[in-house]
Amino acid sequence: MDVPLFRPGSDPGSSFVELLRAVDHPQSSQQLGQGTLDAGHATTVLAIRYADGVVMAGDRRATAGNLIAHHAIRKVFPADRHSGVAIAGAAGPATEMVRLFQLQLEHYEKVEGTELSLDGKANQLGTMVRANLPAAMQGLAVVPLFAGYDRRRSIGRLYQFDVTGGRYEERDHATSGSGSLHAGTVLKLGFDEGLNLDAAIELAVEALYYAADEDSATGGPDPIRGIYPVVATITTEGFSERTTDEVAAAFERLQGRLRNRNRSDYPAPRDQP
Amino acid sequence: MTMPFYVPPEQVVQDKAEYARKGIARGRSLTALACVDGVLLCAENTSRTLRKISEIYDRIAFGGVGRYNEFDQLRIAGVRHADLKGYTYSREDVDSRSLANQYAQLLGNIFTHEMKPMEVEILVAEVGPDPASDQLYHILYDGTVVDEENLSALGGDAESVLEGLRGSWQQGMDLRQALQAAAAALSGPERTLTAGDLEAAILTRGGTGRAFKRLDDETLGQLLGTPPAAPAHSGDAEPPDTEAPAHSGDADAPADAEPPETEAPVNSGDAEAPAESGGTEPGGAGAGDGDASG
Repeated sequence: MDVPLFRPGSDPGSSFVELLRAVDHPQSSQQLGQGTLDAGHATTVLAIRYADGVVMAGDRRATAGNLIAHHAIRKVFPADRHSGVAIAGAAGPATEMVRLFQLQLEHYEKVEGTELSLDGKANQLGTMVRANLPAAMQGLAVVPLFAGYDRRRSIGRLYQFDVTGGRYEERDHATSGSGSLHAGTVLKLGFDEGLNLDAAIELAVEALYYAADEDSATGGPDPIRGIYPVVATITTEGFSERTTDEVAAAFERLQGRLRNRNRSDYPAPRDQP
Repeated sequence: MTMPFYVPPEQVVQDKAEYARKGIARGRSLTALACVDGVLLCAENTSRTLRKISEIYDRIAFGGVGRYNEFDQLRIAGVRHADLKGYTYSREDVDSRSLANQYAQLLGNIFTHEMKPMEVEILVAEVGPDPASDQLYHILYDGTVVDEENLSALGGDAESVLEGLRGSWQQGMDLRQALQAAAAALSGPERTLTAGDLEAAILTRGGTGRAFKRLDDETLGQLLGTPPAAPAHSGDAEPPDTEAPAHSGDADAPADAEPPETEAPVNSGDAEAPAESGGTEPGGAGAGDGDASG
């Protein structure tokens, strides 16, 4: 692998994706076959704005048809120091998109000597989602969430995307994936302006719990294997993942509340024979 | 049709080398030192935007002296090489030795085949798990690669800077000591470089991910034991000495022949600090253990 030098007219600039094209990297010229492939659209990921920034969370289940393909995949990743990306959709293309996106941000920062703005990063991700449209038409859709701490404005910001690469900034919370409907409702009911960290994590955990309760493709907490959703915060300090113990404790508190609520003398409904 | 004169190849090579050396000698120097905290890169550079020291990859940094546009082109090519390699294989597979060899090929080719050689010297530094495994590759305008141990100096005054560094470098130096040694070596006997005249960055040892960290003016001032030059404009009579950084009056020659108030060779800057700003200079904190700099 040599050191790539370009003439001024054909220089790919600070874009890593353009660079891949300029050096004819195999990644840049993938051909798709015909027909459709049902790789599912199974996930719940969410982001909530809170007092110090953004909380991002995602379940850990990957499905293939009606089977569980993986119990502990990750769907929430740091994009760079002050932003994160959460993915929903076909796992392979989605993780590849995250890898390319992380590299694109880092590459830009190193070549230009300065970071992209948060809007610039969101637009970059939108371009990647749009580039994936042909694959999406064949069932390999990727629909990410993007969130970050905008250090120029000192606030947490979040962005939703659609499968065509449309980019929509959300004010308070955003969800994506097959369980997004249920998780979104929980967030809508539980959101409050200026949530503190603990409350925001609690709300994220609750939303994931209800999504997993209703959506077979979203994984709930798994205390036997010790697998819990990934919860991360993005603040002025940067992206940081919360520990498994912390997330497990939040689930335990939720369970305690639910048990109390369901304790009643009313007989459980019985199925007809 | 004109008949070209015969020029012996030795002559061509010599002329090109001389041309390149002249260009490089006009620029200011850059040094790199291995210390316990990592690999420190330090250059004399008053610009805060046109950098001589930059990040290439997780554990790899780049330093260049000579013509800015030429070494910057090489820097970007290096970032591209590293990012492409890391994307194609894995982040662990990106190493400085292969990058240094690629640079050497490129510079060697340009030196022999192009009209004009590149008027640059570059440094590829990689931090390892311990100081013994740090790598410093010094690459010259004609593609010569020198694998240097612990210390490196590039640029016009490289020899005298290296000599100064050899005198003060010791095993087990920390970042503060290394930076003071680098600043002293870059300054030479006749002047003192302050935070505003220096650009520095460190490849931190022992972490994961991107090890490159730039040291901003404030940190530099603290480490050097001098307040940063810029915020000193508190309405006093002294002209801001950022304008003429190279030869401001407060010289501190370790030997002799200069103003009276000098004592320590490196961080004598704090001798005049209290008088200058009277405010929030970190000089006091820095002076506490700014002793080891002989």
